[in-house]
Amino acid sequence: MNPKEEKVKIITEEFDENDEDAGVGGQKKTSKMARQKRKKPVCGAGDPEMVSENPHLGNQPEPLQEDSDTRPLSMTTRRGPRSLPPIPSASRTGFAEFSMRERMREKLQAARSKAESTLLQEIPTPRPRRLQSPGEKELETEFGAEPGEEAQKTQQEDDSQSRSRVKFRDSVRKIKTKPPVPPGFPSAEEAYNFFTFNFDPEPEESEEKPKAKNRDGTTQEEEEGEEEEPPVQGIHKTDEQLLISATEAEAFLWGLDHAAADFVAVRPADYESAHVRLQMEKELLFVPSRLAVPTYKKLPENVQPRYLEDEGLYIGTRPDVPRTCQNIMENRLLTQEPGRRWFGDDGRIVALPNPIKPFPSRPPVLTQEQDFRAELETLYKKAVKYVHRSQHMIGSGDSPGNFQLDIDISGLIFTHHPCFSREHVLAAKLAQLYDQYLARHQRNKAKFLTDKLQALRNAVQTGLNPEKTHKSLDTTQKTINEYKSEIRQTRKLRDAEQEKDRMLLKTIIKVWKEMKSLREFQRFTNTPLKLVLRKEKVDQKADEEAYEAEIQAEISELLEEHMEEHEQKMEAYRAAYQQWKAWKKAQRAKKKKKKQAVEEHPEEEMGEPYPEEDPVKPVPPEPTDRALMEHQVRERAARSRRRPGEPLLVPELSLAGSVTPNEQCPRVEVLRREDVKRRSIYLKVIFNDKEVSRTDSRPLGADFRVHFGQIFNLQIFNWPESLTLQVYETVGHSGTTLLAQVFLPIPETTIVTGRAPIEEVEFSSNQHVTLDHEGVGSGMPFSFEADGSNQLILMTSGKVSNSVAWAIGENGIPLIPPLSQQNIGFRSALKRADAISSIGTSGLTDLKKLAKWAAESKLDPNDPNNAPLMQLISVATSGESYVPDFFRLEQLQQEFNFVSDEELNRSKRFRLLCLRSQEVPEFRNYKQIPAYDREIMEKVFQDYEKRLRDRNVIETKDHIDPHRAMVAKYLQQVRESVINRFLIAKHHFLLSDLIVEEEVPSISILGLSLFKLAEQKRPLRPRRKGRKKVAAQNLSDGDIKVLVNIIRAYDIPVRKPTASKFQQPSRSSRTFSEKHAASPTTHSPTHSADYPLSQVLVRPFVEVSFQRTICHTTTAEGPNPSWNEELELPFRAPNGDYSTSSLQSVKDDVFINIFDEVLYDVLEDDRERGSGIHTRIERHWLGCVKIPFSTIYFQAKIDGTFKIDIPPVLLGYSKERSMIIERGFDSVRSLSEGSYITLFITMEPQLVPGESVREKFDSQEDEKLLQATEKFQAECALKFPHRQCLTTVTDISGKTVFITRYLKPLNPPQELLEACPNNPQATAELVARYVSLIPFLPDTVSFAGICDLWSTSDIWFNIQRHDSPLRINFDVTKPKLWKPFFSRSLLYPGLSSVQPEELIYQRTDKAAAAELQDRIEKILKEKIMDWRPRHLTRWNRYCTSALRHFLPLLERSRGEDVEDDHRGELLKQLGDYRFSGFPLHMPYSELKPLIEAVYSTGVHNIDVPNVEFALAVYIHPYPKNVLSVWIYVASLIRNR
Amino acid sequence: MAAAGPSVFLLMVNGQVESAQFPEYDDLYCKYCFVYGQDWAPTAGLEEGISQITSKSQDVRQALVWNFPIDVTFKSTNPYGWPQIVLSVYGPDVFGNDVVRGYGAAHLPLSPGRHKRTIPMFVPESTSKLQKFTSWFMGRRPEYTDPKVVAQGEGREVTRVRSQGFVTLLFNVVTKDMRKLGYDTGPSDTQGVSGPSPPPGRPL
Repeated sequence: MNPKEEKVKIITEEFDENDEDAGVGGQKKTSKMARQKRKKPVCGAGDPEMVSENPHLGNQPEPLQEDSDTRPLSMTTRRGPRSLPPIPSASRTGFAEFSMRERMREKLQAARSKAESTLLQEIPTPRPRRLQSPGEKELETEFGAEPGEEAQKTQQEDDSQSRSRVKFRDSVRKIKTKPPVPPGFPSAEEAYNFFTFNFDPEPEESEEKPKAKNRDGTTQEEEEGEEEEPPVQGIHKTDEQLLISATEAEAFLWGLDHAAADFVAVRPADYESAHVRLQMEKELLFVPSRLAVPTYKKLPENVQPRYLEDEGLYIGTRPDVPRTCQNIMENRLLTQEPGRRWFGDDGRIVALPNPIKPFPSRPPVLTQEQDFRAELETLYKKAVKYVHRSQHMIGSGDSPGNFQLDIDISGLIFTHHPCFSREHVLAAKLAQLYDQYLARHQRNKAKFLTDKLQALRNAVQTGLNPEKTHKSLDTTQKTINEYKSEIRQTRKLRDAEQEKDRMLLKTIIKVWKEMKSLREFQRFTNTPLKLVLRKEKVDQKADEEAYEAEIQAEISELLEEHMEEHEQKMEAYRAAYQQWKAWKKAQRAKKKKKKQAVEEHPEEEMGEPYPEEDPVKPVPPEPTDRALMEHQVRERAARSRRRPGEPLLVPELSLAGSVTPNEQCPRVEVLRREDVKRRSIYLKVIFNDKEVSRTDSRPLGADFRVHFGQIFNLQIFNWPESLTLQVYETVGHSGTTLLAQVFLPIPETTIVTGRAPIEEVEFSSNQHVTLDHEGVGSGMPFSFEADGSNQLILMTSGKVSNSVAWAIGENGIPLIPPLSQQNIGFRSALKRADAISSIGTSGLTDLKKLAKWAAESKLDPNDPNNAPLMQLISVATSGESYVPDFFRLEQLQQEFNFVSDEELNRSKRFRLLCLRSQEVPEFRNYKQIPAYDREIMEKVFQDYEKRLRDRNVIETKDHIDPHRAMVAKYLQQVRESVINRFLIAKHHFLLSDLIVEEEVPSISILGLSLFKLAEQKRPLRPRRKGRKKVAAQNLSDGDIKVLVNIIRAYDIPVRKPTASKFQQPSRSSRTFSEKHAASPTTHSPTHSADYPLSQVLVRPFVEVSFQRTICHTTTAEGPNPSWNEELELPFRAPNGDYSTSSLQSVKDDVFINIFDEVLYDVLEDDRERGSGIHTRIERHWLGCVKIPFSTIYFQAKIDGTFKIDIPPVLLGYSKERSMIIERGFDSVRSLSEGSYITLFITMEPQLVPGESVREKFDSQEDEKLLQATEKFQAECALKFPHRQCLTTVTDISGKTVFITRYLKPLNPPQELLEACPNNPQATAELVARYVSLIPFLPDTVSFAGICDLWSTSDIWFNIQRHDSPLRINFDVTKPKLWKPFFSRSLLYPGLSSVQPEELIYQRTDKAAAAELQDRIEKILKEKIMDWRPRHLTRWNRYCTSALRHFLPLLERSRGEDVEDDHRGELLKQLGDYRFSGFPLHMPYSELKPLIEAVYSTGVHNIDVPNVEFALAVYIHPYPKNVLSVWIYVASLIRNR
Repeated sequence: MAAAGPSVFLLMVNGQVESAQFPEYDDLYCKYCFVYGQDWAPTAGLEEGISQITSKSQDVRQALVWNFPIDVTFKSTNPYGWPQIVLSVYGPDVFGNDVVRGYGAAHLPLSPGRHKRTIPMFVPESTSKLQKFTSWFMGRRPEYTDPKVVAQGEGREVTRVRSQGFVTLLFNVVTKDMRKLGYDTGPSDTQGVSGPSPPPGRPL
């Protein structure tokens, strides 16, 4: 059963009780059925909204509950599903009420259950209809009580509304008339009706009534239409329905006025359960699901998702959005916009790459109060005047104003000037003609044409040659004809040129003659012009032949031409003649006819001759006359050409002539010259009608030339429109006159400075000047003739020689403004990357035009330069303005870049700054990097680049043999890596680096300080106190000084008492016989005479040299001198870098040289001895001590006695303790072991020695072992804090290595072992010597006085009381004395050595050693000569060879026991020389130490005039390139 | 005729170390020195100075006034490493030992004109309580090895400091050729012509 029907039934039931008869209900039912049937097809099935609305149907019977509801609310609120209607609790509760309620409840419940079942079953119908239908139904059921009416209704229900009111009233009436109810109690039906019907429309009454009334008036048709309207209008209808019911309600109320007042119900507050509300909200609100949407929903049907990334296309990172948000969004999009345009091919929401910057770019908010104030402060800003930009301004996109025009005004020449004398006029003319001549001569067109003629003739000749022509005859003929015609033309041209040349020459000669005659006439010369005609002899015969041949050739050609012509003419003649003949014949015939005709028609005859003019009888052309032609040719040749045999005339104009001096000139001329002198000329430069500059005012020269030689660099903003020079003349002190304006052309853009030729621009003036002297004036007639005939009028004129060119910018780009303002203007603007940003420029207002232009000019759309333009055009021409549907951050980023990256990298300054910041050694301390690129020399980088280049290239130039070079390279790399490590370490700070803090005093220190209180303030023997250490980082040049305190020396070698008779040399067992001692006394005779016994054996002084700074002490006396002097030497760090790392890498040594000061008497004449002392001081090197700076730096001080390194042979000195002998201690006669010097060296201020790199390097050692080392070190340091304990060292690759791995016995070279097979002692010595010669790095500094022992397997730490090596017990088995590293607790793990198993010794190449020897010798000699720039350096070859011979002996004996023999030998060979010299010995590593050593001896310092030098080098090669170098330097002075 | 532009700019600073506020201490003196980058060189004036000892004023302000003049000129090619003034204040402690009372540093003002700066001062802290006591007792407070450390950023992480007191400085700054070299340091510098001086042949 139709649910509708069922419901209707319920209602009918109710009405049955209301005294309605059942029949009516049945009728109604049918009518309802009919209506439903009619309407159903209209409504669409399955509208979801309907479902929710359905419960409303069931609510119809209980409107009572709604009366208190706010009616104006939307319909749904009213119609929402309700729970049980609240029981109306009336004020008066009684049985009647109760029973009535009971009944109502029952009914309602029944109705509800039915309605609910209806709800469940009913197929939803469109809302409007359904809304309407219940209303109608009710009306029908209620008021359609009269069956007649009912029937009517079924037929035409459209007028039901109008009628319904009537029905309603009827029903009201019926209610009123209901009888059987007890008074005061309404019957159940009444109550029910009352509750059911009347309140529903009540609140709407007021607002809806007027409308409803209007509605009432509507026609039936309208109603009908409404009825049939589609569901969209449903709401409207509903309103209508309500209106209707409202009117009904009014009527009802009117009827029940009193009754309503009786029933005031008090009810509990409405309750709406959360579930209900949710349900309601669900209807209203749409909450998208959070669940992920399956991909197929997002993609078109049957499409697989496509992942662009998998296909290799780039897709940026998507913005980071939580998955849930995405899901919600997707769900929403799917529901709201069924189209799938929001989803990409991969089924995800379309998204642009992430636009979010990873870091914030917003400036931090200033929080400080002060800053706020500062921000709020009013600032005075001066108005800035902007340069007015005219239309000629270069487009704003270009860098403005950087255009430059260079105008070079070199000079000015007047071709006529009022002050010209007559001679000047002629001279100017002559000069002009000569210039013309030169120009013509240079071009030499005549010659060119002659050659061409010749070539053409040759061509014709060969063309005519039948043998060579393989082409068809026609073409040959044709070409020959062409040639011939060309020959003709060329000949004509040549003749004309030759004639011109000749005329010019004649004119020149004529003018020159005029000038000469003028000079003679006026008896003075004004111009230095002089014309010389140089005659060039020609070979008469050859010339004649050539001339003749030329003429003949010409004649023949002419003849040929004429022949041709003649032929043609003859042809023409013949044709004409034939014609004429024919005509004649015809004439004759005509005449005959005419004769007849005349008789017949005389008048006709008369008219006849008119049209037919008699053709003249053609004259046959004359044949060419050869003789005549020849005559013509010769005449022409004579006119235009040089006669054969006539010498070639070459005019040469020179300024060699002399100008007559003023005194010899007549007064008028003198006046003229004076006038010229008073005149001066200057030029104004006018640019775009504005004067921009002017030249200096220059006096007019006597030759009417003005030299300016000025260049004006015009920096222009505007496009040049005109460029003018104005020539001004100043006469004396009177005013200036504008002579003329010279318009200069604006140069082509291709003309740039340096390429522009000097051009002469002519000018002329229209001024009229008459002068009262010889000057001819301007614009005035004058004459050269005495009688004043042949007058000339000349105007002032001249030439300005100038050049105009565009300047070239720094980067080689010409500073030229773009050609066309507008065009270039926007193009360049467009090039600025962002096309959109340039829209504002005026050039782009008409984009259509731009597009048109682009299309017309065929711009290449693929050119990157055009890309922005193309994009702009494509946007513009697409018709609509393109609004991007995304935004982009930093779209102007490019605008904010200063320059492009490439340009930035090209900048030298930037590069320099980068390198410095990277602490590249060459630039680490570069001070004051220039502000401009151009101030940075390219050579700054040269060293660096070279180093980078050479990193892997081994340079053999500086090093003598390639092996050394390789080693040096390696050393260099090691050093670099060490320095780099230090650099890294430099940036790690410890607290002690930054803060000085007193240590917590221990008891001992406290006691010590207490003891100190009792100490004497000025002790007799003061001890050095520790000073405050200074961190080296903030020092600069001159801050650090090396202090060398020379205290005393022992056992300095003494002079051999050679010439002194008072000495007792015989005592010495080691002196050789004195007869060899031919050298004169080494000290002044006076001296020795005065102090015979106490003669000074030696006068030593100490010279300290460090970094080429030299200081020396005073001279002391005797072999045991005491100086007690402090020397101060400044220290300069490399590159001014005083950082720790840099100081650690200083390789300089402090040389402490001991010299003997020797006085020589140079007095020539003994007679003067009484009145003057002339001595020369010589110093003899005795020995040296070399202390590396690094040692001083690390030790902070060096205090002790050092053995002086004395050369094995020291000629003229002995090492005997003669002093002792003299004092009578005969018992002590032994040779001293050596000489010693006591020194104290330190630095002021004391520098903190750089900690060795603190970083813990990675190690391949066992972790356990490393821990043990740390523990061991800590323990040792606790006991003896001042003793160094080494357990691990850093190897060359920066890894920590356990120290004993370095200790391993290595085999010595076999060669050495075999040298003395029978003498183990000698072998040992030899090997020791070999080891001593191995070059090593001074980077590792051994700490004196601190002793550790390492063996191959263990480390022992010295825990004895003493740490001086001499006082140490070396029995390491005693645990009391030596603390072993490995003990029972930590067993020796058996570490392998890092050393190689066996060294392989190669023999050193002897030849290479010899070569090296020669090179070293050569270099050292050159150096010595370099060190003596003011003196001549002579080399004694004889001595050198003797020394060279001697050196190997020294090597063999290892510098011992050879002195005497050597001395004897030398003296034998160099008897008449005073000789001082010594051999130096060292292992070879590099050249530089050798040079330093030689320098430090000071041999070169001798400046005796006749000194000679000897230098010999010997290199003894040991295996494996270990080289022992001997250098023997000596100075010789010839004895008189 | 392109006139060679300047290759350096000059920064001239004069002014004074006006006063200080160290509420707990009295009889203080101060030292100043400058720290600047490699591209800077002093051309005139004193690079460092040491002031007189001043005692607190007797009024409520209790100011320590030095009015110690500063007058120095630098030249440079590069604003990087702009000079900083480093101040260190010393004074006697209860035992009469000279101890440091504060370090402080500030950049010289960048823009020309008159500037007043108040620099907060600080001293390094002892590493432990015991150290603190002994240093107090011995009168050898922890000090920076070099006061210039306070103008540098490197290595500060190993130190701890306590702030105490303020020093007020007054600077009058004049610059030359900075704009010509392309550095614009503020509004009061705008009256200078932009770019190199126009050559004579420049159109009007």
